[in-house]
Amino acid sequence: MNRFSPNRHLLAVSVAAVGVLVSTALSGCGVLGGGDDTEEGTVRIGSANFPESQLIGEIYAQALEAADVTVERNFNAGEREVTAPALDGESGQTSLDLMPEYTGNLMLYYDPESEVTDPDGIYENLREVLPDGVEVLDQSTAVDQDVLCVTQETADKYDLQSIEDLEGVSQDLIVGGGPEFKNRRAGLQGLEEVYGLEFKQFKSLDAGGPNSLNALLDDDIQVTQFFSTQSIIPDNNLVMLDDPKNISIAQNILPMIREDVNTDEITTALNDVSAALTTENVTAMVKEVSGSSDYAGVAKQFLEDNGLV
Amino acid sequence: MSGNPTDVFAAAAGSGEPSLVRQIWDYLSDGENWGGPGGLLDLIGNHVQQSVLALLVSAVVALPIGLYIGHTNRFAFIAVNIGNLARAFPTVGILVLVLGLTSIGLFPLVVALFLLGVPPILASTYAGMRAVDPAVRDAALGVGMSENEIVRQVEIPMALPLILSGFRAASLQIVATATIGAKAGLENLGTPMFDGQSIQDYGILGAGAVLVTGLALVVDSAYAVGTRLIVSPGITRRDNTSSGRRRFGRGAARRPSAIESV
Amino acid sequence: MDLFDWIDRNRDLILRQLGEHLQLAIWPVVFALVLALPVGWVIARVRWLTGPGLAFTALLYSVPSLALFMLVPPLLGKGFLDPINVVIALTVYAFSLLLRSVVDGLNSVPEETKLAATALGYTALGRFLRVELPNAVPVILTGLRVTVVSNISLVSVGAFVGTGGLGELFTLGITSIVGRGFLMPPIIVGLVLSVALALLADVAIVLVQRWLTPWVRVREAVS
Repeated sequence: MNRFSPNRHLLAVSVAAVGVLVSTALSGCGVLGGGDDTEEGTVRIGSANFPESQLIGEIYAQALEAADVTVERNFNAGEREVTAPALDGESGQTSLDLMPEYTGNLMLYYDPESEVTDPDGIYENLREVLPDGVEVLDQSTAVDQDVLCVTQETADKYDLQSIEDLEGVSQDLIVGGGPEFKNRRAGLQGLEEVYGLEFKQFKSLDAGGPNSLNALLDDDIQVTQFFSTQSIIPDNNLVMLDDPKNISIAQNILPMIREDVNTDEITTALNDVSAALTTENVTAMVKEVSGSSDYAGVAKQFLEDNGLV
Repeated sequence: MSGNPTDVFAAAAGSGEPSLVRQIWDYLSDGENWGGPGGLLDLIGNHVQQSVLALLVSAVVALPIGLYIGHTNRFAFIAVNIGNLARAFPTVGILVLVLGLTSIGLFPLVVALFLLGVPPILASTYAGMRAVDPAVRDAALGVGMSENEIVRQVEIPMALPLILSGFRAASLQIVATATIGAKAGLENLGTPMFDGQSIQDYGILGAGAVLVTGLALVVDSAYAVGTRLIVSPGITRRDNTSSGRRRFGRGAARRPSAIESV
Repeated sequence: MDLFDWIDRNRDLILRQLGEHLQLAIWPVVFALVLALPVGWVIARVRWLTGPGLAFTALLYSVPSLALFMLVPPLLGKGFLDPINVVIALTVYAFSLLLRSVVDGLNSVPEETKLAATALGYTALGRFLRVELPNAVPVILTGLRVTVVSNISLVSVGAFVGTGGLGELFTLGITSIVGRGFLMPPIIVGLVLSVALALLADVAIVLVQRWLTPWVRVREAVS
């Protein structure tokens, strides 16, 4: 009686090999190398890791597809420190062609020392400091500003209306923020250098996410940064502190695109989108998309409502 | 980061971009990064605390059950398979689920790590108890020892190598995986890794990675030493006398791994 | 939003992530196995390599996977967004696990069996393929079982570096604020599918184990 069954083993290995070959063929290589085979003329769209960015990215994607452009979606790619080099090709290779961006922070990324604070000045300066091969199209009136928030209770307790009111009080307060909050001028760096504030402690949380919200509402932190299109601000009666010294500068939404990929059709399509976006409809869309995750559906609705598809 | 692989170990000549190793070293050697709240020492301390807590919770559940099913050989099938079932849960998913249902703090992390820590302890304790030579158990009964005495004075000491290996595996997985606690609002060695990744600062990222790896190695070594010290030589087959070699051959105890670790 | 409504509206997303998870679960293990067999054979044969070889892989075990995921992109020089980073990291872990099993398995083949094979005229390679390997299969399959299940769980961690299969449903959940909390449906879907996948894989391998090594059960029944 042959107990070792080498034939059975041989069969198993053959089946496995065939299975592997078949699944490769079916999946078209998928995770193993799909990233490098983009066809000519494809626009690779990225987004950052938050709903609004992905929403605008999806809107751009569908607008381009309506203009017969092939699009590859690479959403949730990371922070600007990842996506900008991926787009501008500074590292020698590019993996993105188009990104939804924000005028102020993008300008500061390429020109950290800039003192410009008015929206149009920022736009002009941004166009100048962008590296070669990269351009921005029309800016939208839709704005998503970084905004420092406290609860209504905290605002009442210390009589806070603007960031300047934190003077003399901040050393008793704990501030929370995402990883990039520490080093940005719109974040801790600006609060310390421009307003001369010192906080009791900095807690590393998620940028404008549920952890930060809950920490704020539970009084584990007293100050944190949200984004002006987040509906959680009005929904929870949070107070947005005024920023007279403009550490948080204008953040108009606009597309950042590689020149060698851009065409007239693409420019027109994207500019039309920018014209139709407003802070109000962005806020409403972000709220809806947070609950349904249906970026495609919400984007499609927006484009249809505005006659862009 | 220029992304050229050869930059990693050699300084990138002329590009102005320090190598990965250099960036990590710079961060680790800067004294300011170590002290104070949120400093590296603080983070290491938190990491250890969170890991120990998770290990204790796992042990409190898994050890008694393992001893019981090992000694009586009842319910073993159910217990061991429930243990294996725990391995099927993605740690990240559990963390996020519990976090969503409760609030930030230790609880979500401890629950997630508990699911990692129980299977090795349970399985190894059971295996250790089962591996006790029935003849020895019989002899103990014959000498008139009570059930309790048998467990405490005979079975456990003989099962100790395997029990300890279970703790070792559990500890490694827990220490390595605790990094995800940084996503649940906790501060530990995962914090510099996520922060560094976010702002593309490989110095911070690498520093966190190096420290948590180092911690895992220290824990592993501690168990290696501890096992040598605590377990009686005859049992671990380190008995190099002729009678020991005759009985146990040259095999050595199996090394556990931190494989399912994060 | 109701769980089932969410599932309904996001069917494409769920299927896409599930497909990605499957690929990330299978390929790294396949690569690891293909690498571990020859390397394991060499290490098991050459006595003085066994110690250092296994010690090196033990070192690999100890690197927390999150660390490896995050460090592979700069080490490899590939774009941060490239899924190959995650594939490589997962392969490294699977390899560490499987190598141990392969070596243990090959070492568990009785010396007499190997000598008999040589006496029968098998070449070294022939002996490896037709005698040693089949005898090592039980141990290797047990290791494969643990590797596959742990790999499936590990894939989710890749979500932190951009390629995470079902893990991306978890990150979707935690970045969407609903009321005061997360968006729960994607988290639940991700968990359920992930666990189901792991259990299915476990059962599948147990079945393969029984099919390929019928003598193990016979031996158990007899003893």
